Amino acid sequence: MAEIKLEDIIKPENLVFQKTKLFTDKPLSYCPGCGHGVVHRLILEAIEELGIESETIGVAPVGCSVLAYEFMNIDIAQAPHGRAPALATGIKRVYPEKFVFTYQGDGDLAAIGTAETIHACNRGENISIFFINNGIYGMTGGQMAPTTLPGMASSTSPYGRDVASMGHPLKMTELVANLPGTRFVARHAVHTPALVRKAKKAILKAFENQKENKGLSFIEIVSNCNSGWKMTPVKSNQWLTENMLEYYKLGTLKDE
Amino acid sequence: MGELRLMKGNEAIAEGFIRAGVDAYYGYPITPQSEVMEYLMAEKPEERTGMVVLQAESELAAINMVYGAACTGKKIVTSSSSPGISLMQESFSYIAGSEVPAVVLNVVRGGPGLGDIQPAQSDYFQSTKGGGHGDYRQIVLAPSSVQEMYDFVNLAFDLAFKYRIMVLILSDGAIGQMMEKVMLDEQKPRLTNQEIKDRFDSWALTGRTPGREHNIITSLDLDQENLERHNFHLQKKYKEIEENEVILEEVSLEDAEYVFMAYGTSARICHKALQIARKEGIKVGLLRPITLWPFPEKKVKELASKVKGFLSVEMSAGQMIEDIRLAVEGKTKVAHFGRYGGVIHSPEEVVAALKSKIIGG
Ligand SMILES: Cc1ncc(C[n+]2csc(CCOP(=O)(O)OP(=O)(O)O)c2C)c(N)n1
Ligand code: SF4
Repeated sequence: MAEIKLEDIIKPENLVFQKTKLFTDKPLSYCPGCGHGVVHRLILEAIEELGIESETIGVAPVGCSVLAYEFMNIDIAQAPHGRAPALATGIKRVYPEKFVFTYQGDGDLAAIGTAETIHACNRGENISIFFINNGIYGMTGGQMAPTTLPGMASSTSPYGRDVASMGHPLKMTELVANLPGTRFVARHAVHTPALVRKAKKAILKAFENQKENKGLSFIEIVSNCNSGWKMTPVKSNQWLTENMLEYYKLGTLKDE
Repeated sequence: MGELRLMKGNEAIAEGFIRAGVDAYYGYPITPQSEVMEYLMAEKPEERTGMVVLQAESELAAINMVYGAACTGKKIVTSSSSPGISLMQESFSYIAGSEVPAVVLNVVRGGPGLGDIQPAQSDYFQSTKGGGHGDYRQIVLAPSSVQEMYDFVNLAFDLAFKYRIMVLILSDGAIGQMMEKVMLDEQKPRLTNQEIKDRFDSWALTGRTPGREHNIITSLDLDQENLERHNFHLQKKYKEIEENEVILEEVSLEDAEYVFMAYGTSARICHKALQIARKEGIKVGLLRPITLWPFPEKKVKELASKVKGFLSVEMSAGQMIEDIRLAVEGKTKVAHFGRYGGVIHSPEEVVAALKSKIIGG
């Protein structure tokens, strides 16, 4: 058999897939199998495809994705826990022609930042909110989040979430869909290739809505936290399909 | 060309925001400073200069709108009063850590807790020592007239941008509410987006200019050695400010045997107390710090070896007195006098305190 050289393989015509240019060269800090990296990629692909990288300002949260600013090669700020929609409001109001988005986990957006989220939505800020719901506080080691499912175990609900004393999982997406200020509200997931493609379309649309001055787009991504859930990545995705999607139904809730 | 008007302190500073070419004000109502946003809304600054005015859902949101917008190199401001300023402290710490320029006005009222809505000076510790977490500083300017409320807007922004730091204008309910003549200067134009890019593209979030690295505004560094280095850098900057930016007013200090030290409303009262005491033959002067941080340490040290005592006159239980004591290093007598909880002392009470606590004490 003829010897195959690396140079013969690495050629432009053989290229079928590559790292989005808007990813920096920093290795992602996420656990292998985690959905955060996929959502980062989709957002960056959308920005690249729309050619708006020099017109985009991002806001990173506090949570596992606090370091999003290390990986996203765009101008980006890091917000205090829960306050990303307020920062984004501040930025967009003084730069209405820029594309402004927040990237937030469920602890950030649905617990400590509930007020900022609801009011940014209610004012109809012309921004995009990307909300990664993994039903748990990943960064701090797997504590209960407002989105933790009934009966679901976490480090602060070790015997399972008891809704009678710990409250019910908060469906932020349904909540903000009810507000007149939101334009496009959808729930997606990224654990299968088909779902990844759908989520990408929604993310693209969220940015396009800003261009057309349409108001607030809110995209929830139901995701996994294999480390916090204490499962293998494969098992976590199965668990997500069987449990999370039952409670957090995928689909477009509002598109005006 | 100047323009003379009779205005409340809160209105004067609001007019100052517009004329200084501020890009945005984000705020939340609280007495005794609600006139700031009311005045701005009535003035339609969007039409006058393109300035944005937005009522936020809380002080938490307001200061974080300020933080976000300040990351872009624009001139951003908020105002509040004591309880609202307490809520903002986490973000003051972020602003310090990530080094963005911003200006905040505190029209202080009586505390602790919800306190009352009368003038007080009990937020000195919080303002000058850092009410938020971490080793940080913010420049604190203390106006004592309606004119200074107006004038300090430009001063605050100059300092904020020179050092990329937060500047707090520490006023109080009396100066915010009282009416005085104020000389307004001409409208400064707001910087264009291109001017902002030209000046601040090395750090500001203006959208990644082709050819440059992406700009990041963050206060996080998980590597402790790096974070220590960042802290060294901040401390060096603070030292530079301490050396170069002290502003103070001296009244009759040349022959003074005693010193009133007071800022804001208390300084106005001390002006009057000084006249009363001088008539009685007591040689007292007034040292009014205009920057509370940086504190006029050198001036106090210099006076400490010459005078027989300092009376720190504050509408608080005695907060600035701690800085005076540190600078005096036991070289002369230091005492505090002040009414608080929203009560304002009279000049006569101040003179009596000078006699009992310093001269006879
Ligand atoms: C004011 C404040 N409170 C608490 C924390 C600690 N903290 C850091 S991340 C986090 C939870 C993040 O969870 P989530 O938003 O769900 O994001 P994930 O890590 O799961 O992606 C908390 C509570 C903090 N940094 N700041
Ligand atoms: S802890 Fe969870 S959310 Fe965080 S990176 Fe790991 S898997 Fe992802």
